[in-house]
Amino acid sequence: MPMNAHTSGRAALRLQQVTRHYQMGETLVRAADNVTLSIGAGEFVALLGSSGSGKSTLLNLMAGLDRPTSGAIFAHDRNLAEMSSEELAKHRSHTIGIVFQAFNLLPRMTLEENVELPLRLAEVERSERGARVREAVDRVRLSARLSHRPSELSGGEQQRAALARALVNRPTILLADEPTGNLDSTTGDEIMFLLREINESLGMTIVMVTHEHPRAERFAHRLILMGDGKVISDGGAS
Amino acid sequence: MKGRDLAELAARNLREAVLRNSLTTLGIAVGVASLVAMLSLGVGLQNLASDRLSRTGLFDAIFVTPKPNTPSFRRLESPNPAALTPVRPLDNDGRHQLEALPDVIAVYPEIRFPTEIHYAGNPYATVVAGVAPSDRNDGAFDQMKGSFFSGPSADEAIVQIELARQLSTPPEAAIGKDVVLRYAERQALPAESGGVKSDGYSIVPREERLRIVGIIETDPAGGFGAFGRARLFIPLKVAETLRAAQTNDLRDLLRDTPSKRTYDSLTVRVSGASKVKDAEDAIKNMGFAAYSLLDASNGLNLVFRVFDMFLAIFGSLALVVASLGIVNTLVMAILERRREIGILKALGAADRDVKMLFFVEAGAMGLVGGVLGVLIGWLIGRAINFGTNVYLARQALPAISVTAVPWWMVGLAITFSILVSLVAGMYPASRAARLNPVQALRYE
Repeated sequence: MPMNAHTSGRAALRLQQVTRHYQMGETLVRAADNVTLSIGAGEFVALLGSSGSGKSTLLNLMAGLDRPTSGAIFAHDRNLAEMSSEELAKHRSHTIGIVFQAFNLLPRMTLEENVELPLRLAEVERSERGARVREAVDRVRLSARLSHRPSELSGGEQQRAALARALVNRPTILLADEPTGNLDSTTGDEIMFLLREINESLGMTIVMVTHEHPRAERFAHRLILMGDGKVISDGGAS
Repeated sequence: MKGRDLAELAARNLREAVLRNSLTTLGIAVGVASLVAMLSLGVGLQNLASDRLSRTGLFDAIFVTPKPNTPSFRRLESPNPAALTPVRPLDNDGRHQLEALPDVIAVYPEIRFPTEIHYAGNPYATVVAGVAPSDRNDGAFDQMKGSFFSGPSADEAIVQIELARQLSTPPEAAIGKDVVLRYAERQALPAESGGVKSDGYSIVPREERLRIVGIIETDPAGGFGAFGRARLFIPLKVAETLRAAQTNDLRDLLRDTPSKRTYDSLTVRVSGASKVKDAEDAIKNMGFAAYSLLDASNGLNLVFRVFDMFLAIFGSLALVVASLGIVNTLVMAILERRREIGILKALGAADRDVKMLFFVEAGAMGLVGGVLGVLIGWLIGRAINFGTNVYLARQALPAISVTAVPWWMVGLAITFSILVSLVAGMYPASRAARLNPVQALRYE
């Protein structure tokens, strides 16, 4: 279980013999198969693997969007597998920030409203919300586009908006599912620089699912390669 | 999520599919309108009937007569007929006792006597009746021509239309003219008359000049306790001062104290229909016969309640059908917003938040539909009133109100609409809350 120099030594996420099986007709799909790993606080980890390797399943389990068939997932020493759905919702609201490949902004809301949405769900006081939204939007350098709707933003801007939304509740762990998958190479790099900046300046733990090995090597501290639901290799970036 | 945030998000969602949500809301509004229209008709008719009946003065009045002691056939076989209770005469002592009863606001006799009147030199035989000031509210005076008596002791008369037609053409021309009332006054004889002890009375013909002030269609007190229809009405106080001989005077003559005035009947008015029962019992205990129409009124209310209930059931059917529209709309919304629900959950929304969001949307449709429905229902009621009154006007009948939308009905209809909408939203809301966020996020 390698820990690298970028971590504080404390584990932000610990997975112990985690399995996630799906029944598809008569076939049992082992999306995650006895995975054990530990991600230190402040680490920037890339989960690599081909399609169907189980990396997104693992990310969903870490996010508390899904429950393991067996095993334990600790986020800051709290076992997600034992949490009620209400507690998992709180975990997603306060501890986790998520960005998706498809951005998943709500199309009828402006950028500002999209970024404010997690604050509403976390019941943050209205008086505080404006400053929190501005802080998050400033960080991703989108302050000029606050009143724009997602359809009026470029792909890169939409992903930055999604990033601002993920950061607005000041989570300790940022999970990114193929964040550059829908972007061209230059825009993708911009997002990666932004993620690295967030990781370094805020000390935020980042777990990023990607199939782009070179980019992962360039930006992440640690690469975990998955295949058939198992961890094939786990090591630092070159 | 806080209430205000829920409301804002729900309002935003409702605006998104504005056409579909408006149509669903309109469906609810039609349902509520049907309920309100039906109920308003029921309540309106009940009010109309109650109003008409209460204005007859029959429901806060008790009619008191001497207790009859006519023996039944069984009693006739009784070996001791002398055991029969003597009749307690309804005299002034009794009248004062009745006046002293709690909640009694007036006690007055039924004064009706046959007489002859002279108008423009011609005689007309008729029946005169005394009218108590409290009879002013009687429905018979609603459509009167002219005016009610200017005071309780005014030398004025109100004429029934049939008599007015005989007196004058057109009948209205009689208003303001004088009529001379000829009647038989009952005068007590001196205690000693010609050395013979006398306890009787003499009958003396008298005249009284009265000014006709109004014309009415029907006898205000003709429906109860009256001996035949009267055609000329005078203030009760005036009628009492006339001391006109009445039908029971001969019976008085045969009594031990014939000079003592007795009444055929007295009307006891109490301060409200709810006081009738106690007063009636007290009067019976005093040895008089008493009768009120309270029981008839209670029966009438029961009939109207059942009528209202059936109208409400039929009215609610449309609302139940409309609630299916809510289920449909919200289930469609779940399908359309599947991905959005996934995003909300990924961002930290609990199942409860998602459920509440759908509940608030259903409740909002119920509230708007309810308010709109009450408005439409009220308008339908107005239209029914309008149509009814157009018809009545063609029949030369006075306008009435057959529908009524009291405030309690407004509150009830809106509450019912919201409740039905919330019940309809339960299934979609719990289905939305149960959505697996991972699957929802995959949904395109």
